[in-house]
Amino acid sequence: MPAALIENLGRRTNNSLAVFGDFCVFCGQTFAWLARLLFRAKTWRLVLPQMFDVGVKSVPVVALTGAFIGMVMGIESYAQLKSIGQEERLGALINISVVKQIGPVLAAVMLAGRIGGALTAELGTMNVTEQLDALRVMGADPIGYLVVPRLIACILLTPILTIYSDLLGVLGGYFVSVKTLGIPAAPYWAYSDKAVNTWQILEGVWKGLFFGGAIGLISCYKGFTCGSGASGVGRACTESFVTSFLTIMCMNFFFAKMFQDLYRAIYGFQSLF
Amino acid sequence: MPILSLRNLSKRFGRNVVLRDVSLEIETGKTLVVLGPSGTGKSVLLKHIVGLLKPDRGEVWFEGQRIDNIKERDLAVVRENFGFLFQMGALFDSLTNLENVAFPLKEHTTLSAVEIAAKAQDCLAMVGLPEAGPKMPGEMSGGQRKRIALARAIAMGPKVILYDEPTTGLDPIRSDVINELILRLQAKLGVTSIVVTHDMNSAFKVADRIVMLHGGVLHFDGTAETIKQSTDPIVQRFIAGEAGDDELAWMKKA
Ligand SMILES: Nc1ncnc2c1ncn2[C@@H]1O[C@H](COP(=O)(O)OP(=O)(O)O)[C@@H](O)[C@H]1O
Ligand SMILES: [Mg+2]
Repeated sequence: MPAALIENLGRRTNNSLAVFGDFCVFCGQTFAWLARLLFRAKTWRLVLPQMFDVGVKSVPVVALTGAFIGMVMGIESYAQLKSIGQEERLGALINISVVKQIGPVLAAVMLAGRIGGALTAELGTMNVTEQLDALRVMGADPIGYLVVPRLIACILLTPILTIYSDLLGVLGGYFVSVKTLGIPAAPYWAYSDKAVNTWQILEGVWKGLFFGGAIGLISCYKGFTCGSGASGVGRACTESFVTSFLTIMCMNFFFAKMFQDLYRAIYGFQSLF
Repeated sequence: MPILSLRNLSKRFGRNVVLRDVSLEIETGKTLVVLGPSGTGKSVLLKHIVGLLKPDRGEVWFEGQRIDNIKERDLAVVRENFGFLFQMGALFDSLTNLENVAFPLKEHTTLSAVEIAAKAQDCLAMVGLPEAGPKMPGEMSGGQRKRIALARAIAMGPKVILYDEPTTGLDPIRSDVINELILRLQAKLGVTSIVVTHDMNSAFKVADRIVMLHGGVLHFDGTAETIKQSTDPIVQRFIAGEAGDDELAWMKKA
């Protein structure tokens, strides 16, 4: 029994490593094609429709989610801050959370769900119906032709969506704090201004670039390697979202640590209060 | 000299051994039919010919050049000589039929957009669907999709056309349309054809030579005449469409 258990564990570890190695090769090939195709007009003609697909259609969802989170944060923190007479600092708390963490992570997660799944389904269907093979036979590399434009679209759009998510998060927080909870607008914005500067905003946007890259690579890889039939495509979509989601969360942790250290090394500790 | 030769080709996926030491010489301008039940590796064999799969052992030669071990970039040049009709057509859903047929021309040639469109239109006419250009593949019936895919396969004027089960899933009339097209393309363009199928009518109609793949090896090699007279039980049962004891063993167990 224990022997079988260990054997099973060993096989699984082996498989996971093989898949990870395979994924790394895929990423390597993608970046090689990216470098070759980045400055060709033809690539960008393929990117623009993808940007429309990934971007414009996602703006309302991302913006709405951002707004609600901003409002919820206002409601949850107000009473606590008021009890110590510091409710005017609510703006600092909400806005720094929104631009540094909630905005970028939310935008990325929404994108992973909305676009990651769709990309995997599209490429997976092309895979099981031999369209990827057909591309190869006709002299077009599927990575150059399909993955690169989609990856570029994801990389460029996640930061843009992050900005939308930030913006609506800030407005949502403002709406609840100032308009309904009655915090005076002037100190609300003054404290916010003190807490949030360009660094914090760029930190979120910068993370978005990497989140977008991860979503694009993972979703395309899952599509390229999906099992046969409709069930294979379905399973690949689920796996694609789960993997992207975990990757975003994990990357976000390391980014948080890195940016904290970096910021402290440059500017020293700065209190929100 | 044979246009294509496969030398001692072996391929396995994990524990599933699909091809064992398959050797085959393919003559220029002739139509070779590869028979075999589903899942014996007929598609796998075809994919080795155009380098979509790499053999574990063995070699693939095209016009005196070894092509199974060359770089993807060189392979792209070699592939211009091949037209591949995929089992389900593999048309790109997001492109119109005309754009589908024009695709290889766009990738491989430096022709102008107008010339490409004209050429693609000719190919559509050749398969008898000159009006289908502006429609999407999703709007076409199964038989029509195969014909559009065939138009795409011949767009580059290939020397070799590979047909993966061109008549599977079609009614007898539509199947015969495809058979006639295969014959016509061979007569008109002088191409070498390899037709993978398990449709005996189609095989008898188009074949200059017939081989049968069974258990990963070429079990039979001959012509339409000799296969009809073959006394080999596996070949006979396949032609007659009768399941043997092996295939029915599970029924007796149950
Ligand atoms: N890419 C692949 N990975 C793993 N197994 C494969 C792959 N392609 C084909 N096979 C297996 O090889 C065998 C032959 O498949 P195929 O050539 O498609 O059969 P057919 O003769 O019906 O065309 C099948 O058992 C199939 O599962
Ligand atoms: Mg097949």
